[in-house]
Amino acid sequence: MGSYILKRLISAIPVLLGITVIVFLIMALIPGDPATAILGSYATPENVEKINRDLGLDKPAVVRYFIWLGNMLTGDFGRSFSLNRPVLDEILERFGATLILAGTSFVLCSFLGILAGVVSAARQYGFADKAITFTVLIGISIPSFFLGMMMILLFAVNLKWLPVSGMYAIYGGGDLPDLLKHLIMPALALAAVATGVIARLSRSAMLEVLRQDFIRTARAKGVKERRVIRGHALRAAMVSIIPVLGIQAGFVLSGAVYIEIVFQWPGIGRMLVNAILQRDILLVQGGVVFVAACYVLFNIAVDVAQSMLDPRIKT
Amino acid sequence: MTVALKITDLAKTFSLGKPLFRPALPGVRAVRPMSFQVEEGETLGIVGESGCGKSTLARMLVGLLEPSVGSIEIAGKALDNADPAVFGKQIQYVFQDPISSLNPRKTIRQIMETPLKRLYGMDKAQRQERISEIFASVNLREEFLDRYPHEFSGGQAQRIGIARALAAAPRIIVLDEPVSALDVSVQAQVLNLLADLRTEFNLTYLFISHDLAVVEAVSDRVVVLYFGSVVEIGQAEHIFNAPKHPYTKLLAESAPVVGRPLTAPEQKDSELPDPLNPPPGCAFAGRCPRATELCRTDTPALRQMGEDQLAACHHPIEG
Amino acid sequence: MRQFLKLLFRNQLAAFGAVVLGFILVLALLVPVLPLQDPDVTATGDRFLRPFSEGHLLGTDHLGRDLLSRLLWGTRLSLAVGIAAAVIAATIGSAIGIIAGYFGGRTDNLIMRGVDMLMAFPYILLALAIVAALGPGLMNALIAVAAVNIPFFARNIRGVTVSLAGREFIDAARLAGMGHVRIILTEILPNVLPIIVIAMSTTVGWMILETAGLSFLGLGSQPPQADLGSMLGEARDAMITAPHTSIVPGVMIFLIVMSVNLLGDGVRDALDPRLKSGALSRPQAKTLVERKGAVPPATDDLLSIQDLETQFHVGKRVYRAVNKVSLSVKPGECLGVIGESGSGKSVTALSVMGLVASPPGVIAGGAVRLEGEDLLDVSYEKLRQKRGEKVAYIFQDPLATLHPLYRVGDQLAEAIQCHHKVSDAKARERALELLKAVRIPNAESRLKNYPHEMSGGMRQRVGIAMAMANDPDVIIADEPTTALDVTVQAQILALLDDLRRERGLAIIFITHDFGVVAQLCDRVAVMYAGRIVEQGPTNAVLDAPAHPYTKRLIACVPELGGGRRELAAIPGLPPVVDKLPEGCAFAPRCQKAREECQKGEIGLEGAAPRKVRCLYPEEAV
Repeated sequence: MGSYILKRLISAIPVLLGITVIVFLIMALIPGDPATAILGSYATPENVEKINRDLGLDKPAVVRYFIWLGNMLTGDFGRSFSLNRPVLDEILERFGATLILAGTSFVLCSFLGILAGVVSAARQYGFADKAITFTVLIGISIPSFFLGMMMILLFAVNLKWLPVSGMYAIYGGGDLPDLLKHLIMPALALAAVATGVIARLSRSAMLEVLRQDFIRTARAKGVKERRVIRGHALRAAMVSIIPVLGIQAGFVLSGAVYIEIVFQWPGIGRMLVNAILQRDILLVQGGVVFVAACYVLFNIAVDVAQSMLDPRIKT
Repeated sequence: MTVALKITDLAKTFSLGKPLFRPALPGVRAVRPMSFQVEEGETLGIVGESGCGKSTLARMLVGLLEPSVGSIEIAGKALDNADPAVFGKQIQYVFQDPISSLNPRKTIRQIMETPLKRLYGMDKAQRQERISEIFASVNLREEFLDRYPHEFSGGQAQRIGIARALAAAPRIIVLDEPVSALDVSVQAQVLNLLADLRTEFNLTYLFISHDLAVVEAVSDRVVVLYFGSVVEIGQAEHIFNAPKHPYTKLLAESAPVVGRPLTAPEQKDSELPDPLNPPPGCAFAGRCPRATELCRTDTPALRQMGEDQLAACHHPIEG
Repeated sequence: MRQFLKLLFRNQLAAFGAVVLGFILVLALLVPVLPLQDPDVTATGDRFLRPFSEGHLLGTDHLGRDLLSRLLWGTRLSLAVGIAAAVIAATIGSAIGIIAGYFGGRTDNLIMRGVDMLMAFPYILLALAIVAALGPGLMNALIAVAAVNIPFFARNIRGVTVSLAGREFIDAARLAGMGHVRIILTEILPNVLPIIVIAMSTTVGWMILETAGLSFLGLGSQPPQADLGSMLGEARDAMITAPHTSIVPGVMIFLIVMSVNLLGDGVRDALDPRLKSGALSRPQAKTLVERKGAVPPATDDLLSIQDLETQFHVGKRVYRAVNKVSLSVKPGECLGVIGESGSGKSVTALSVMGLVASPPGVIAGGAVRLEGEDLLDVSYEKLRQKRGEKVAYIFQDPLATLHPLYRVGDQLAEAIQCHHKVSDAKARERALELLKAVRIPNAESRLKNYPHEMSGGMRQRVGIAMAMANDPDVIIADEPTTALDVTVQAQILALLDDLRRERGLAIIFITHDFGVVAQLCDRVAVMYAGRIVEQGPTNAVLDAPAHPYTKRLIACVPELGGGRRELAAIPGLPPVVDKLPEGCAFAPRCQKAREECQKGEIGLEGAAPRKVRCLYPEEAV
């Protein structure tokens, strides 16, 4: 197992390099004079000169790429001019907040999604199945930012149960209960779509597995139906559910951008959108590479989990 | 007698790729170098169990797979590049699964017309005429032409597969387990049709099957494969009655026959050797009651044993 | 096409989705000719008018613009952008996927590495990066959304293409002289097209959402132009004071996406052949029993199947797979049931312990009695307690019938522990004994193997060991050696024969092979089209078959040692069991059939132990 993890980590290196190349190439698409385009209204001569120096724009693209890459490897992601501080500092500060939000959502949607899918499949065409299918349909059709806004209207503005936005109360907050209170709505709004997708997939994966011959064998042995569903069938279905959890983690991370805006959550998504609107390209570049790298590592964890579940995967 | 097909030292090794930090793996030798020839108008049966390389051999013969080494000659002409369009006019293939060998979204007419158009460039009228001829030969009604494959039973679909092979007007047809997906009562219909067509069009067949009784019933000569190698070649009427190679004997004794009491044939082990790590010497030695030290070190060569019979064995069965 | 539409609209949810979406689409198309106010004219005096105000049906927004007009124009724009993105992504992605999947090898490797690279981004990062580079704007948002969805299509379509490229009809096309381009266009594309349509119909809703999302962030459509996302984004600031400005566009996005999803699911179900005929239904724990008519009285056999009728109800059709079949076994006896595919032999076997998949299977009549007790009448829990304990099964393909993710030792132990409260160590010990009993070499180390690590023969031995786990009274073996090589088959048969003699087991052996029946079985029953046509002691039936079908079927089987010869054949095909002819089902293929063979019911008659269902049998029985 150890050697498999090592192997996957090594194989992640080209992927990480590829990510930096793709980000670099996309940024090279910026039309016109990059420095002025990047700076927009900040295009004072000093700033232009500074950007040109920072990006090494006088050098060929390949050289520029390696300089950028080399700097990043030493922890130098450049300096954000809109915030006037090092990019990496800003990212690290923001990333914790995003991780709390997206992590909670991911745990929620995995658990609820699989549970709903299994119940739905086990009671196919029953009342529970129809109720779940209907709820799931609404969940995957409602934009998360709209859902978040409606939740604020209902639970914060009208019922006053929960705070409207932010991560901590401005006065007297900062402890765990305060955080949880602020976390409930954004985490649920963010989890809605992914829960729906996972529930649908789990349902069809379970139905597919329940038709397999080995389920008939388990029944022929006299295994109790509860164990057939929760043991034999769910375990086999997990083989197709786990990769989807990996993909959905990406969707949760993506959705966090909207939710952070709606709930004023001080995460990395809000930072990225502001950076784009400010044309703070170094901050965008750094943020995208950083989050993508984290996601790659997360997917390795998913692959390792998969290989622990399925002995047919060569490790 | 002229030679219709001659293969010389034909072999296929599937490479396993090179792992990181380690030298390349030796690869799986699905077919070890083998040579034999088929005469015009003959049916050569090829038998063997799973993992013996019979499907790999068949796919090389029709150009769907490029051999690693060796050559294929048809009617004295070498076919060195694996281009199915070159092979197509010479040699055709009938597949094991009749339904899956027909494109579900094409009508039978479209399927039948393809080889006539692509290989012979016939115009519409010529094609129609030719299809009518072929359909008459395989006892199919022409009204089937505008239907789709899923409307046919296995037996009918296999007739269509045979008709398509005939449309290319080949000299040789490779029949890869053509009846093993069919029920016995239908199987005989297809086998008899194949026998009639052979006479009618002077075809040469390579008939691949795992069913000894079927192979014996349709073949002139039989090649027995084990673990990618030829272990025995002989006349169909003798080879199973008087096998020289212990594996052929095991095969013949294993087939369930009405009236023979049930006894597990004598053998030590029923497992094939590990293809990733093949043993030296004879591949069958591990299962063979006659094996000696010699068998575990030296690979036996195929040699003449009695009239028209060859076997690759250090200790062949006498008599 | 007509069939597709019929299937689609039979699905009520899909039809509902189609109606809603159709209505929205028509509205969006008609927008330019509808008498709407100018969506971009501001009137700050009239800002935040509530819905149903004078002259503004849905009210106005923060600049006093008419919400209805902005909503409809916005819908038009959002739909156009979302659909355009879907079409672009599907076209480019599918092309990449087909090329990678068809050519395989290095091409595939290179392309898919690139695709994996793109998929390594959480999708919005890529979209944000693209928008950051190209600048905010609706066109750029469209490009970004299309670009991030290309990998999804590429990967999906590649998977389908790879499995198609391995199919035999592609080989056949190459042998028929087709080149690569032609094969891709005429053989591959028509077969992947439905998958592309499914993928598009299930993602177009998602893409509409994504473009709306980018606009919501202010990165899509720029003011004053409105799409649904930017309307929602602009309304957010006034969410608390004027919620209707948020709710109006939000509900519209929801309606569009929901109707697209409903329709998309309907399209998928209608195009996916596996879903037709309800194949994706989950089989119940026990076959449905809906008996009509009287239940036959008990007999003193160990296991007796009495006038069993098992049917498959698919839509309005009723397939009579098993039609009044009666069989019985005594302790230590081996009964063979022989027939061709579709004869109902396996369904008979599975009916005994209620293992026929239901839906669509229904047991419609008769009884199955174990020591006199009617198994069709007992509760699920009582039946479960007898499964494996009293009556055990051995199935055909041991790779598919063993659980792929459990070690064989655990699967064996489970078989014991679901009937007996024994410790794990005890169960393991017993599992080891069982593996030894079925003569698996190195049994100790084999306990830890997973099924895929064993050969077919070894797996089937595990299957037999599992059936023996609780010393059952009856074993039902459903074609246990069909998937095995002959040399392995001989060993498995010998093993089964030994076990039954040692332990006095009763075996019901289902097969299509006369050689196997002759070697193993004491008695045999021959089935054709769901009925027993002949039964009796094996030697008697094989030596002197009484039913013309049995006689001619035996003649069809080539026997080793017969040399090269013409084989006997039976012309025609077996009937389909939802349209059985009257009288003898074999009559249309029988040379001896006369007019009366196709009239009325023909009984299974004769002096015990032989019986035959024929008016003009080959032998008097």
